[in-house]
Order: sequence, then structure tokens, then C-alpha cells
Amino acid sequence: MAELSVNGQQVTLSDDPRTTLLDTLRELPGFTGTKKGCDHGQCGACTVLLDGRRVNACLILAVQCEGCEVTTIEGLGEGDQLHPLQQAFVRHDGFQCGYCTPGQICSAYAMLEEIANGEPSDVTDEDGVRLSRDEIRERMSGNLCRCGAYANIVDAILEAGQREESPS
Amino acid sequence: MKPFDYQRIGAVEEIDADAGERSSFLAGGTNLVDLMKHEIETPERLLDISRLELAQIEDGDQGGLRVGTLVTNTGLASDARVRERWPLLSSALLAGATAQLRNRATTGGNLLQRTRCYYFYDTARPCNKREPGEGCGALAGHNRIHAILGASEQCIATHPSDMAVAMVALDARVRLRAADGSQRELPVEELHRLPGDHPERDTVLQPGELILGVDLPAPPPGRHIYRKVRDRSSYAFALVSVGAILHVADGKVGSVRIAFGGVAHKPWRARKAEQALQGQAATEENFLKAADVELADARGYGGNDFKIPLARRTLVAVLRDAARATEESTP
Amino acid sequence: MTNSASIGQPLDRVDGPLKVSGAATYAAEHQLDHAPLVGWIVEATIPTGRIKALDTSAAENSAGVVAVLTHRDSPAQTPFGEPDDEGRFTQSRAMLRDDRIRYHGFPVALVIADTLANARHAAGLVEVSYESEPAVTVAGEDADEKPDELDGGLDADVSRGDFERAYGDADVTLDVTYSTPNQAAAAMEPHATIAEYDGEELWVYTSVQLIGPAVQVLANTLNLDPDKIRVLSPYIGGGFGSKLGLHNEAVLACLGAMHLERPVKVVQHRRHVFHNAPHRGNSVQRIRLGASRDGKLQAIGHDSFMPRARDYAFAEPTGASARTTYRTDALLSRHRVKTVDISLIDSCRAPGHSIGSLAFESAIDEMAYRCGQDPVAFRLANMPDKDPSSGKPFSSHDLAECLREGAAKFGWDQRESAPRSHERGRQLVGYGVASTIRINILVKSTTRIRLSDDGSLIAWANMTDIGTGTYTILTQIAADILGLPAGQVQIELGDSAYPASCGSGGSFGAGSSGSALRDACMKLREKLVDIARKQESLKSADFDGARFERGKLVLGDKEVPLTELVRQSGHDYLEVEGKVEPGEEHEKYSQHSYGAQFAEVTVDRDTGEVRVQRMLGVFSAGRILNHKTARSQLLGGMVWGISYALLEELMLDERYGAFVNRDFAEYHLAVNRDIPEVEIHFREQPDSHSNPLGSKGIGELSISGAGAAVANAVYHATGVRVRNFPITLDKLLEHLP
Ligand SMILES: Cc1cc2nc3c(=O)[nH]c(=O)nc-3n(C[C@H](O)[C@H](O)[C@H](O)COP(=O)(O)OP(=O)(O)OC[C@H]3O[C@@H](n4cnc5c(N)ncnc54)[C@H](O)[C@@H]3O)c2cc1C
Ligand code: SF4
Ligand code: FES
Ligand code: FES
Repeated sequence: MAELSVNGQQVTLSDDPRTTLLDTLRELPGFTGTKKGCDHGQCGACTVLLDGRRVNACLILAVQCEGCEVTTIEGLGEGDQLHPLQQAFVRHDGFQCGYCTPGQICSAYAMLEEIANGEPSDVTDEDGVRLSRDEIRERMSGNLCRCGAYANIVDAILEAGQREESPS
Repeated sequence: MKPFDYQRIGAVEEIDADAGERSSFLAGGTNLVDLMKHEIETPERLLDISRLELAQIEDGDQGGLRVGTLVTNTGLASDARVRERWPLLSSALLAGATAQLRNRATTGGNLLQRTRCYYFYDTARPCNKREPGEGCGALAGHNRIHAILGASEQCIATHPSDMAVAMVALDARVRLRAADGSQRELPVEELHRLPGDHPERDTVLQPGELILGVDLPAPPPGRHIYRKVRDRSSYAFALVSVGAILHVADGKVGSVRIAFGGVAHKPWRARKAEQALQGQAATEENFLKAADVELADARGYGGNDFKIPLARRTLVAVLRDAARATEESTP
Repeated sequence: MTNSASIGQPLDRVDGPLKVSGAATYAAEHQLDHAPLVGWIVEATIPTGRIKALDTSAAENSAGVVAVLTHRDSPAQTPFGEPDDEGRFTQSRAMLRDDRIRYHGFPVALVIADTLANARHAAGLVEVSYESEPAVTVAGEDADEKPDELDGGLDADVSRGDFERAYGDADVTLDVTYSTPNQAAAAMEPHATIAEYDGEELWVYTSVQLIGPAVQVLANTLNLDPDKIRVLSPYIGGGFGSKLGLHNEAVLACLGAMHLERPVKVVQHRRHVFHNAPHRGNSVQRIRLGASRDGKLQAIGHDSFMPRARDYAFAEPTGASARTTYRTDALLSRHRVKTVDISLIDSCRAPGHSIGSLAFESAIDEMAYRCGQDPVAFRLANMPDKDPSSGKPFSSHDLAECLREGAAKFGWDQRESAPRSHERGRQLVGYGVASTIRINILVKSTTRIRLSDDGSLIAWANMTDIGTGTYTILTQIAADILGLPAGQVQIELGDSAYPASCGSGGSFGAGSSGSALRDACMKLREKLVDIARKQESLKSADFDGARFERGKLVLGDKEVPLTELVRQSGHDYLEVEGKVEPGEEHEKYSQHSYGAQFAEVTVDRDTGEVRVQRMLGVFSAGRILNHKTARSQLLGGMVWGISYALLEELMLDERYGAFVNRDFAEYHLAVNRDIPEVEIHFREQPDSHSNPLGSKGIGELSISGAGAAVANAVYHATGVRVRNFPITLDKLLEHLP
């Protein structure tokens, strides 16, 4: 039986190879935090980490992920303790209806690592990769939010990111 | 999705000669899975190539670079060599899609992604690309995002890739392996076709032919600029894009490469414009002339008429910026 | 005493931790004992006509398929639209009832299978042939039916003074026609329902803004006793009007569940949502303005032309802004509709004002320039002293102050008045303003609360939280009035078993459900005081100055825990009901929230790309119940405004009565990078007439002006006035230098 690991837990894959990673997750009790907004890579609601990188779970067949590590929104905090990004989203009201939120937070989590790795974006200039509002806005553009929480999302990520940069 | 047999390929040699019409290669899946869900693509066999050892970027001959087909768009855009010597390619990649998609999207998959024509995606509508002979929904319909160069009455779709535009300007070559194991090479410029009477064929690839990778020759001198014009500031396909590499010496165009995206069924190498500019003074006037030469045969279909002036203005703006930058960097 | 949970404090959302950890369960995520079957909607591909032949055999034989439900075998239903004396949210939504196609996308079958993959694939195997009938798919200036009434009960036509004469006599006139496109609500959660039926009771887990009407519409459609229907909607992934009523997947899931007596889940695919849930219709708005040479408005004329979906009585009051924003000697506002055979047209965030303000506030800007006046000064010179459309006094009026304060904070005086006078490199820079008003509504609402002897309080209402912050605001109201810590207050919403509330819509949710809760809490306070009065030990206490603090009733220097009072009542808990109803105040006064919004944009002179660089809004919406969530509502509306001004357009293919860009790749919502830093200021002025809380609607306020501020800035940057929204670059290009 093919398996993949979700937040450290082994999950058996459906024997129908048409099943996407997203549907695999959403059919598992306890893993419905990952959302489906479009099912075609056009909204970012399904963003999860696949072997540490953010991806759209709706466009990935689960069979392709055999043996991989998937981290979802449920896997970010430690037990009942919210991850600092999750806390920052609450504090800055980085959401309203909350439907895009798990995707936003997973995306933000990976984005901070991408910046730390020095991976460039469409707005990176000669001065190199830095954590800035402009960088966050471009890098988070793959996560639509119809409630329009964008400015608060940027605030939340900036705060969490700066904390990470200078842990004190 | 139509049911299919899934097969993970461990080595290129496992691809047998009958991997033909009815099978598809699955790389990142960001385009293929999308289209399979709509049953626009209905392979009977899905050959998952994503674990092949084709994900390396290596130094090539004579200052070139060898890019494996499974190198992701993120990997390619972030590679230090690419950023330094082929910044056109890095910029084009980063202007495309989103971080999530670029993390999955592969080099070969990006080249072979299909059009975003609304009618191609709507299976209730006629589309010659989907069903040859049905007619083209876009011709007398909404065609804001459609082609102005090289289209036919059968199809006016565009190729949506940003990366491919840069590759065409960079004279990149694609390495191919046929189902029978034989190999060949092509300029990326010759990979995609114009629609003509067969819009169902996007490229010159034979059934079962596998992209192994893309070779970038050493970059020409000059300033690299990729400019993508789009409705949204991010996460939108190009209405028009221009990739250009311009070298100016003593006020004259030393060398120039230009390609357009969003204007044709393929990334459009603007050879006429290049010719018109060669050796000429790097002036706004000459840039305009070159744009006009290239766009002389351009034609709109109503909704996309604006792309003709847009392509012209964008090209001039890019050349102006590039000229200024090379002048500044050459003492 | 102010604590962090007092009314007005920026308390973090109480449902925040659930939402950021993925633990809030939206409709499709509800867990039953057994996984439900999965339904997939098969859509009609013609705009109107009949099903000629239907072949479901291939689909039925496809792997995993349990049933293919069509009009041939679906459970009995009341004809669509009946009873005709009810409102549109409770009239029958029958589908799969007969062979008639109502619009492109109308369900012709529901394929029910064990898995999503099986259902979706089999749906493609259903073969349908049609007998098409001539369809009307577009409406423009040819709309000539006068609707009985507009949304919100407004009159289709309003006429004050002699418009033609005032307009004819005016020194300066303007006669312009604006248009706005079809638009999608595009809530991120697609419409989704799980239905469960045991032969008697129907349980429906869905995503709906108004729970009461949802029960009734199912009762009416499916001929069921409303008491046997339970609707649950605890978390809603955005609605924006498109989930006011129940929509197609809900009816289909119920039909499937009733047919099979097994639970069925139907989640609309994103492409379905564009036709199987309502959208906002396109509008043509002809605006005629007349003014004296010195810039006093004398005539305001607004003629609105829109489509109306066949058999569905909704007409949007796009004249709302024209009717009430400025003073005028004569006013003429008319609405005409044309019946079309396309999918349902209904309320979308701020019906009337949102697209009405796009056009009207742009036209006002044009008039300011025509009169040679500064756009802010022109607006200020035309403030009304009473509602120009009804003649009623305003309950409060704060627009002028919003404009003044906003202009000062934005730095409006730095702006050159002539268009195209600011540049930054190759970018043309422009600054724009728009007045913002939005009608304030109070809707009948009830609630029940229970204070237990452990000191915890629960409030129940069939209210919903669509992201507006209802759970949080209600927590604050109860905590504040009863002096309880927020952690001891539990708000239970989204269940038809709870007392009837206003539901979420029209920005009336917080004020109405909050006022009902306030009423309940005040009654509970009386009860508690009565119990205390009976206490020997409190005989001499100071009851006049009774306060509720820290979980205690404080009477001067004496205090008694509420838990003790509950125990002394002889019960484990005390329960009371509260309610609110619109009364005289809403008859006597014209009630609105206000704002002034300012935008700075750049327009690329080579490509015409418009980017918003900065936005600022000053808002006056009565008492603010929670500064954090209120700010978010305004922020969200500004994002919509930007998106409406520059991006959004559902493209209708007239040949098929179908929208062509039915996905998020080509229906462009603003993305994060499109949104600049936004500054929001409140002018907090409780309105004693609005409701017992003094709050006013806020969720639809900023959208009623944000887009026009952007559009006016584009004009100021370029000197080009685009009158057909959205302002995409192709419309600017030919006019740029
Ligand atoms: C919402 C959205 C927005 C996007 N925006 C942009 C954009 O702005 N710019 C842009 O350029 N792109 C954009 N994309 C497209 C994206 O870049 C492509 O989907 C991606 O590059 C495809 O790569 P893949 O590896 O996922 O390909 P797959 O989906 O795996 O494959 C695509 C096609 O290529 C074939 N194929 C793949 N690899 C090989 C190989 N080695 N040999 C032979 N055949 C092969 C497959 O059989 C299939 O036919 C967007 C996509 C989405 C969903
Ligand atoms: S333009 Fe091409 S892809 Fe689009 S409908 Fe016509 S044939 Fe199909
Ligand atoms: S659900 Fe995957 S991107 Fe929208
Ligand atoms: S919070 Fe509702 S879509 Fe983002």
C-alpha cells in the first residue's frame, strides 16, 4: 500500500490514482484544514508544504507524493500552541471568513524560508532579497483572499518574519 | 478525469516504444492535471517522469548551461549562474505564475503547457484545438487574450509561457528523446508551431517524444530585460510580454535579441525588428521603426486589437530602458 | 470599566484560533458517521429551451456511480418561484423538476457516486440534447420594464422637484453614460452542502447567510414541514450576498439525499459557482447633472438599466448614491430592467451603492472639473441638509467632516488640480476622491441567553458569521453589559434550532443581532437585580448605582457574584430572550454610514497599467463595536473597490448566455500585490437613532466609494475618463502620450 506522511502521520493512499493530494487530505478526518477554492491552481487555498516547499495540493496527484512529507496547517503549531505566524494572523486580523487562511499561513511559512534562502522574486532588485512589504505582497500573490485581508496579512507576516530574523 | 494507468518511470529507458498517442508524461502536473480534470486531456497511460534523474543544472560547453527537464521553475530562476548570466530567463520565470506553481512546474512542462484560451477550457464550446473541425469559439467571441501574429482562421490562441519567451530570445535548444530511444535537438524557437490548419498540434514533438532538457548557449552581451504587461500586478498571464537583450556601443546597436510573448501561438522571435535595428543608432525613432516592421502583419480580432499598439509601445519602452542601461554600464 | 473585551475594544476574533489552525469546519467538512456520497452537477449548455433527450446509461454504468438523478426520477417539488407572494429567498428553487432549461448552467442532472473522481468523470458521460428556444441574454439601455420595487423595498422611481426644468435651466450640465460589467461575488469557499435524510427529517450542513429563509425555501421547494428541517452553517467562507439564499447545490444535495435516503455532499466546482450561484448584473447608468456657475447642484438625474433574471424578482438600486449623497433642487432617479435568460442575478456586497457609486461619484468628479472646482470643495459645497430623495432628516450626517479630515490626512492640498500634472519617471500620477455613503438598516432579530451557576453565559441565535466578526462582537456585547470576561461567554450561531435572527446581509448583522443580544443582557441584568433585592444582606445596598463588573453585581461598597445570584434563583441557570425590531426611528430618519476615500494611482505611460499606490479613508459609522474587525471590514471593501475599478469583469458570451471567464485565472480578483498600504480612520459618533447600541452598518461602507476614488485618480493622472468599468489598460492606451 502506497503511503505518504502528513504531519508525521502515515497516510494510506487511495488506489484510484486520480485522487489529488488535496482530496486525499480533505477526506481524512482531522485534515480538512486545507481548503479547496478552485481545484485548478488558481487561488492558493490548498497550499501545503510538500517536502518543505509550498505547492498547490489540488494539482498534484497523491500517488506522485508516495513517500513524501506533507505539512498542512494542522501541523504547524505545537499541540495547542499556535505557531508564531498563526498568532500573528490572529493579532493582525489577517483574515475574515477564514477560508483562505490555512493556505495563506502555509504559504507565508514557506515564503519566509524562501527569503531566508535568498531565493529571488519578481520584485527583487540589485540589493538582493530582503524581507519587505513589497516582497511579501508579490510573494503572497498566489493566495487570493476575497475578504480582502491583504494588508493585514502583510502586517502579520512582517511581524512574524522580523521576529524570526532577530529572535530576542 | 478519465481513468488511466499510472506508471512511475524510474529511468528513461523504461519508456517503451509504444508510449505514443495515448500516453502522457506527467512532470509537475500543474498543467496536465488541470486539463485532465476537465477531460480536455484524456491519456490512457500516465507516465510519471517526475522522479527521473533529470533535475540538474550543469555547466555546458563554451560557457553554456545544461538544464534538465525536471529542474523546477523556482530552481532555474534561483540558480546563481542563471541570475548572473541569463537574467532574462530568471526574470521571465519569476514573472510567471506563483511561487507555489513555480515550485512544481518543470522546464519541459512549462514549454509544453497549453493555451489559456477561454473556449479551449470550456468543453461545451467549439474549439478546433480540442476537437479539430468543431470551429473556433474565440474567433467571433471574446478574444481579448488572443494572438495578433501568425494566427489562422482555425485558431487564434496564444502560447502562455513566459519562460519560453526568454529561451527563444536566448537561442536555447531543447534536447529530445524519441520513443524509440533516438535523440535529437531543436532550437526552442522551432519547438512550437503556428496553428495553420492543425491547431490541435502545439509543437513539432512526435508522440512519445520526451524532453530531456534545454541547453542555453553563452549569453550575448548587453542588457537583459523581461517586461510582462498584465491586468493584475501578479498571478496573471501576459497580455503582451517582451524579452530583449540589447547591446549598444557608441550609440549604435551592437547586438539585439527580441522575443514577444502573448502575441502568437508560439513565443515570437522578432527577427525582423532585430534586423532593422542592427547597426542603427539606438534612438527612440529607430525603436519605433523596428517595432512597426515587426508588427506590419499583425492583425486583431476585435477584443485583442489593443495588443498591436501595446506590443509596439512595450517593445519601445523595453529597448529604451535597455539602451539607457547599457550606455550607463559602458564607460 | 473598560476591559479588553468591552464594546469597541480591538478584541482578537474569538474564532481566530480555530480559523488559523484549520479547525473551523466549513460546510463540506462536516464529519458524519459515514462518508457521504458525492454529487456532481451536470449543467445545461444552452440558455433556454427544453431537454429533448437525456441518456444517462453510460454515466450510470460508470465506476462508483450510485445514481444519476434527473427530472425523470427526482423527488416531487413545488414549481419554481412558488408561492408567488413570498420573497425570493423562500420561493421554491425547484430544479430537476421538468425538462425546462432556465439558463446556461442550470442543472440537468446530478451524478451521485462514491468518490469525487468517479462522480466528476461520470458527469461527462451524461448525454443531453436540447430543443433551444430564442433567448434574451443581454440587457443594456434597452431595458424598459419598471420593477415593482428595488432591493430593500425602495421605489423604482423617485422624483422631487421638476428635473427637466432644473436641468434645462442649469448653467453647467453634464450628460454621461457609465457602465459596469457583470461581476461575481467569488467567495473563496464555493457553495457547498451536505444533506442527510432519514425519511422524516432533513439535516442540511451548508454555507448560507440567512438561516431562517434557508429552512423555509427547502420546506417550500421539497414540500416538507419546516419543523423537520435543520439547517447548520456555523462557519461560512465568505458570502457577499451570493449565499444570502440557498443555491443550487443545496437543493440538489437534498434531492439526492431524499431520493437515496443516504447522505449526499454536493460542492460546487468553481466553474459551477459562476452559473449555479447568483452574480451581480451589468448596469448602464445615464447620469445627468445640472449646476449653477458657482458649482451648486440643481438637478440630479440617474437612469439605471440592468438585466433581471427571468422569474427572479431582484432589481438592484444603483440610483442609491444619486438619491442621497448631495443636495439638489430637483432629483429624478429611475430604474428599468430587462428580463434575461441567464443565471440568477442577486445582491452582491452593497447592492446599489457599490456599482452606483462607481458611476455616480465619477460623474460628480466630472462635474467638479466642468465647474472648474476642486473635487473635494465641490462635494463640500453640495452637502444636503436633509435626505434629498425622501425629505426626511438624517439621523446624523458626517460626510462633510469625513471629506475635510480625509483631505487633510491624505495631503490633498499637495495635488495640482489640472489632470496629468504629476509624473514620476515614466509613471503618470493621479489623486482621486469619492464620497461614501451606505444606507443603515435594522432588521428584526431575537436571541436567547443563559447564565449558568458556574458563571458561564451562552447566547443562541440563528445568526451567522461570514467573516464579519459576529462571534466576536456578540461576545463583547455580552461580556461588556454583564461584566464577564470574554472567556466565559460562548456565542452559538449558525443553527436553525436557535432563535430567529436577522442573519448576515446588508451590513445589518452586527447592529441588529447585537441589539437583540443587548436587550437580552439588559433583561438578565434586571432579573439579577430583582434576585439581589430579595437578599437580606443587600437590603441596604445602593441599587440605583448597580454595576456589573468582574462577574459580580456591584452595589456601592457591596458586591455579589452572579453565580450566587443564579443559585439563589433556585435554578441551575437563568434564561431570557431578547429582541429588536425596527421602529419609528427608522421611519422618521434617513440613516446612513459615511466616509470619504482618497486614492493615489500611477499609470504607466507606455503600457497603461494602473497601480494603486496608496489609499486612505475616513469613516463615520456610529459607534464602533470592535475597532479591529471594523477596520478589516473597511479594508476588505477597499480591496473590492480597487478590484471593481480596475479588474473585475465577467465576460458574457451572448451567443450562449454563458460567462466565458469562469475561473480565477481569468476572472481577476485583486491579488495581494495589487493592494497598497491602506490607512483607515474612524470618526466615532454613536448614532442615537440607529439602534440601541448606536452602531451603524460597516461591511458595505467602503466598497461604496473606493472604486470611484481610484477611477477619479486615474482620470487625474491621465486626463482620460473611462466610463465603462473596469478601467483596463486597453481603454487608456490610445489616449496616452
Ligand atoms: C493559475 C496558473 C497560472 C499560471 N501562470 C503562468 C504564467 O503567468 N506564466 C507561465 O509561463 N506559466 C504560467 N502557468 C503555467 C505553468 O507555468 C505551467 O503549468 C507549468 O510550467 C507546467 O509545468 P509542469 O511540470 O507542471 O507540467 P505538466 O503539467 O506536468 O505537463 C505539461 C505538459 O508537458 C508534458 N511534459 C512535461 N514534461 C515533459 C517532458 N519532459 N517531455 C515531454 N513532455 C513533457 C506533459 O505531458 C503535459 O502535456 C500558470 C499555471 C496556472 C495553473
Ligand atoms: S482560439 Fe484556438 S484554442 Fe481558442 S477556441 Fe479557437 S481553436 Fe480553440
Ligand atoms: S484549490 Fe488549489 S489553488 Fe485553488
Ligand atoms: S479571509 Fe475570507 S477569503 Fe481570505
